[in-house]
Amino acid sequence: MRPVVKFLSDELIEKIVSEARSILATLGIEIHNNGIVSMLADHGARVDTGSGRVFITDEIVDKALKAAPRSFKLFDLFGRETHDLSGYNVHFTPGSAAINVLDYATNDIHRPTTKDYVDYMKVISGLGHIASQSTAFIPGDVHQNISDSYRLFLSLMHCEKPVVTGTFTIDAFNIMRDLQLAVRGTKEELAAKPLTVFSCCPTAPLKWSDVTSQNVVDCALHSIPVEYISMPLSGFVAPVTLVGSLVQHTAETLSGLVISQLTNPGTPILYGGSPAIFDVRYETTPMGAVETMMIDCAYNEIGKYLGLPTQAYIALSDAKRLDAQAGSESSMGATLAALAGVNNISGPGMLDFESCISLEKLVVDNEICGEVLRMVRGIEPKEDFPAIPLFEELLKDQHLLISKHTRKYLKDEHYFPGPAIDRANRSRWQEEGGITLRERAHEQVNKLIADYVPPSLPEDVRSELTSLMDKEARRYGMDRLPHYDL
Amino acid sequence: MSVLAEIKDGLVCGDDERVSELTQQAIEQGLSPQEILSESLIGGMTIVGERFKEHEIFLPDVLLAAKAMHAGMEVLRPLLIDAGIPSIGKVVLGSVQGDLHDIGKNLVGILLKGAGFEVIDLGNDVAPQSFVDAAKERGASVIGMSALLTTTMPTMAKVVDLVKERKLDSRIKTIVGGAPVSEMFAREIGADAYGFDAANAVDRVKSLTTA
Ligand code: B1M
Repeated sequence: MRPVVKFLSDELIEKIVSEARSILATLGIEIHNNGIVSMLADHGARVDTGSGRVFITDEIVDKALKAAPRSFKLFDLFGRETHDLSGYNVHFTPGSAAINVLDYATNDIHRPTTKDYVDYMKVISGLGHIASQSTAFIPGDVHQNISDSYRLFLSLMHCEKPVVTGTFTIDAFNIMRDLQLAVRGTKEELAAKPLTVFSCCPTAPLKWSDVTSQNVVDCALHSIPVEYISMPLSGFVAPVTLVGSLVQHTAETLSGLVISQLTNPGTPILYGGSPAIFDVRYETTPMGAVETMMIDCAYNEIGKYLGLPTQAYIALSDAKRLDAQAGSESSMGATLAALAGVNNISGPGMLDFESCISLEKLVVDNEICGEVLRMVRGIEPKEDFPAIPLFEELLKDQHLLISKHTRKYLKDEHYFPGPAIDRANRSRWQEEGGITLRERAHEQVNKLIADYVPPSLPEDVRSELTSLMDKEARRYGMDRLPHYDL
Repeated sequence: MSVLAEIKDGLVCGDDERVSELTQQAIEQGLSPQEILSESLIGGMTIVGERFKEHEIFLPDVLLAAKAMHAGMEVLRPLLIDAGIPSIGKVVLGSVQGDLHDIGKNLVGILLKGAGFEVIDLGNDVAPQSFVDAAKERGASVIGMSALLTTTMPTMAKVVDLVKERKLDSRIKTIVGGAPVSEMFAREIGADAYGFDAANAVDRVKSLTTA
């Protein structure tokens, strides 16, 4: 049986959804994008031109819900299936998009450069339990107007995993689409085998900015999957109660669903988010707070109830270093999200309120993800009944170390984390240097960087990607991108 | 308890109605508006600020006190204007061009108002020119900028440069803040101050306006 955690009864889910629907119909949603407002008006939504609010009726929401796919798949650089985003399947992806990188040597932060990004690519390529990459931070050594597209370019050049990404402007979408087309060849092929997921955020409370709503439309027009990242901050720009925050999250996410499904019915989406409670003591948005995680799991239940695949920013921490807080918050989040069946779990590697990536933490989190993925496979009998023959063998040999049953099921039943998580006895641990988790993780980072093998992208794709990025860089006066000098 | 102490107490408790009534009473008793302002209102907010820093009270308590301060100021303002007493300072505030994050900026605005500053909030996605024009036209002595994206931070430098270019730097000071911003960045771009959170921003603006 697959273990499952639930926070909401069906009755409460129905009540939350129904309240969210009445909010959309009576208070409306403010959309700062004329094109989208008139598109919604064409579909029968009432618009208050003065306030810019669009009133979305139940019929429109139902139309969007009917059109939205119940599941979709992601494919790697070479078109191989990596993700089946459906049911209770779970996949992990690194948190994004950090402002800083935690420097191992100084234990302090620095602004990332192209070298940091490429190192990250090398590490993520070798981490087996994190199924996708994300454009996890922004290299600071290129013009700011290309820093979002440049990280996608580096991702596609260096790692074959599908990419969770997003743009900072309307304009940057074009190059980010073209880079994907260079990999897949045609628009149809890209639609058939999605390579990326774009994060698009409504603004709490009940608003869509011009940029992020246009991103939803542009993705829909190319059938590029979108994850809605609604961020009610409980007690600040959302009700303090978890239920109230869920009502707001539902309304904001349904409004995003309406924008994409009315633009292009059937375009893939993830019912996602990055809500948080607001810590009134420190004026911060703790991702590691237990209540934040409860809201995440609960909206995921609402998404499932509506029949949609889900996403959450959850397996991450607010600690500033790779310490016990980092481990406990990330594990608790990963465990809860996996038990709740969040299909795409964002977070590994992230610290400091989504603002700092640590490669060492990524290595540790990969092992946590491994344990969690094992856990959700649950407990199933495997030639355990009748029990007597196996116990006869045990009593006879006094161990089962080399029994056929053990050899057949060992790797399936037991997951062996490491090298970051330590299970040596003290003497052996001492003998092997007596080093800490952080040091072991760092050694592994170095090993992954040294062992890295670049994806064997066909030369024509590689040069198409390079020339597209060079051209974009020249638009902003950069003749030579830093990746050439690594 | 004197009426001045009672106002201060009402403010610390965040009771806007009581502060409004007591301020009226104090005026009727003939106390000077300047005295009520500095002793009770600003004095009260100073206590609130200190307690907040010590984690004795939380943000909502500060906001309630700020609301009470505002209520007192409503009563006092006409008298202060008549007496020719200037407000403690005017601040032009906004999130820089390309940046739509405004939660932190709004908090800074609320606390600045609470501390008695007049705040001209230009919203988000504010062009460099608009910051400087607004500060000049409205006679503000401080421009406060917020940025949450690494990609929008360079715009802060443009505002600082523009203030210098227009030779306004002797009378308009700049303060920057937001998650990716640091003291070092502020120094690099030549901004006059950096605030790591809203309460700290108020302290820094105070020192800019009294310097
Ligand atoms: C004048 O003097 C001063 C002095 C002090 C000042 C000051 C000015 N301004 C602030 N302060 C200081 O005082 C305040 C009070 O203590 C503090 O303000 P803060 O704003 O830091 O703190 C607030 C009280 C609470 N914190 C916040 O409100 C920010 C939290 C995070 C999670 C966040 C939020 C909430 C949002 N976001 Co966005 N967001 C993130 C943030 C993560 C983070 N670590 O900060 C960040 C900043 N966002 C990011 C991104 C990528 C984006 N966001 C976007 C959108 C949004 C929402 C709309 C969903 C929402 C903002 C809603 C709003 N009305 O502001 C998009 C931006 C579009 C755009 N062009 O602006 C989008 C591009 C995502 C997308 N693809 O759509 C990341 C930036 C990456 C980078 N390297 O630059 C990010 C770090 C999250 C992440 N890891 O991805 C201090 O900094």
